[in-house]
Amino acid sequence: MSTENNILVKLDNAGYKQDNKWLVEGVSFTVEKGKIVTLIGPNGSGKSTTAKIALGFYKGIEGQVEKFTNKIGYVPQKISIDWTLPLRVNDFMLLTDKLSDDVVDEALKSTGVYHLKNKNLGNLSGGEFQRVLLARAISKKPELLVLDEPVQGVDFTGEIEMYELIKKISANLNCGILLISHDLHTVMSATDYVVCLNGHVCCCGSPTEVAFNKEYKALFGEQASKTLTIYEHKHDHVHTTDGEIKKN
Amino acid sequence: MLDDFFIRALIAGIGIALVTGPLGCFVVWRRLSYFGDTLAHSALLGVTIAYSMELNIAVSIFLISSLIALILIHLQRKTNLPSDALLGLLAHSSLAVGLVVIGFLTFIRFDIMGLLFGDILAVDKNDLIIIWFGGGLILLVLKFIWKPLFASTVNYELAEAEGLNPDRAKAIFTILLAAIIAISIKLVGVLLITGMLIIPTAMARNISDTPQKMVVFSIIGGLLSVFIGLFSSLEFNTPSGPSIITAALLLFIISLLKIKQTIQLKN
Repeated sequence: MSTENNILVKLDNAGYKQDNKWLVEGVSFTVEKGKIVTLIGPNGSGKSTTAKIALGFYKGIEGQVEKFTNKIGYVPQKISIDWTLPLRVNDFMLLTDKLSDDVVDEALKSTGVYHLKNKNLGNLSGGEFQRVLLARAISKKPELLVLDEPVQGVDFTGEIEMYELIKKISANLNCGILLISHDLHTVMSATDYVVCLNGHVCCCGSPTEVAFNKEYKALFGEQASKTLTIYEHKHDHVHTTDGEIKKN
Repeated sequence: MLDDFFIRALIAGIGIALVTGPLGCFVVWRRLSYFGDTLAHSALLGVTIAYSMELNIAVSIFLISSLIALILIHLQRKTNLPSDALLGLLAHSSLAVGLVVIGFLTFIRFDIMGLLFGDILAVDKNDLIIIWFGGGLILLVLKFIWKPLFASTVNYELAEAEGLNPDRAKAIFTILLAAIIAISIKLVGVLLITGMLIIPTAMARNISDTPQKMVVFSIIGGLLSVFIGLFSSLEFNTPSGPSIITAALLLFIISLLKIKQTIQLKN
């Protein structure tokens, strides 16, 4: 299945140092067409940095990053739109590309925010805005979709909907998805590969290899695991407060 | 027709308003009003250098303002000072150095008031050529960088992720700002050029709901300010720059009434 041609982005022992401090180091994984790779880990563990390394934002990174596509959709984690700018959702959708009305409508409908098309961006709630961001990213039919905590601010039922949607996007567009979540407990079962970060790769593998665990099944039952799984694994080391890593 | 100083000032003003409209929108959107101010302050130094080395004033201002912009970018990277402190440092030190240099240039007759506040009598045919040719060039370049500049104004990371080059657009925009300051100094003056960039745009923001409308209204506001300002400058013998800016302020106040109306309608 995983032939060389399907690889969209490949990180090999990649890392980024700022002010002589490693933000993240030694990260290796590949994102392939139609596959979802999830980065998880606590705050400050380097998830967003890793995504930005994959996107090619930084100059002077360590290790190797190879990108095999330029059709990239990105939903950044923190997005501050300056409200001095009068911008409607529709203008925002057309920001970097000329898209037909149908394409815009379809994308907005798929994330459930079509009714907001002519609203001003400044008047949207956090969750609505997040859906618009996702709509914007998929409207370009990207080959690689980088979603940095795409469900933040979305209500609970919306959250599950959004994850289902992300699965659907991956299947329909046959695009690779790099998904970021700070929530260790909510990882999609549809994820093909999980990378657990904490300044470096703590562990990685398929969700069943890494994350699926018997206690979880006992607790939530088989059915729930199809959408959500609890991610748990044994750490072979601990992180001290000054950033050192101690082996157990 | 061009022999009449007033007609010349009017043509110059129209040319400038056409350019300050769209540039001003970006100044407001990107929160660069104090940055524009700093560039304008440094223009005085540019003028003194032009006099002492017998350069064209607009070219000299353009070069000095661009240099100050580069120094600012450098200092932002190298120091831990916040941007507004750096801007204040550069604005006032370049203004002070400019004034000190003027003190040394005792052999030159120097209309400092005209420089600070604009002087419609001073606009000659050469200036018209510089304003319309330079202004046209500025608009052309702005059109060229519009997409990356606008996208990165909305969100830097989105623009970068989608393959645009926001840093280059920003650098070019900075140069365009230096250029508009250089060509409009005679009409509006060093101290008031930022007002010309910001006030019509602020007025436009009050009455627009899309970026395109804001640009258009900003241009219209600038043109109206130039007309009203220059006619009253002629009528009351006031300096041209302050008259234009006062006119812009009046338009801004009128636009506030429109906001009040819409709020009342909503209720």
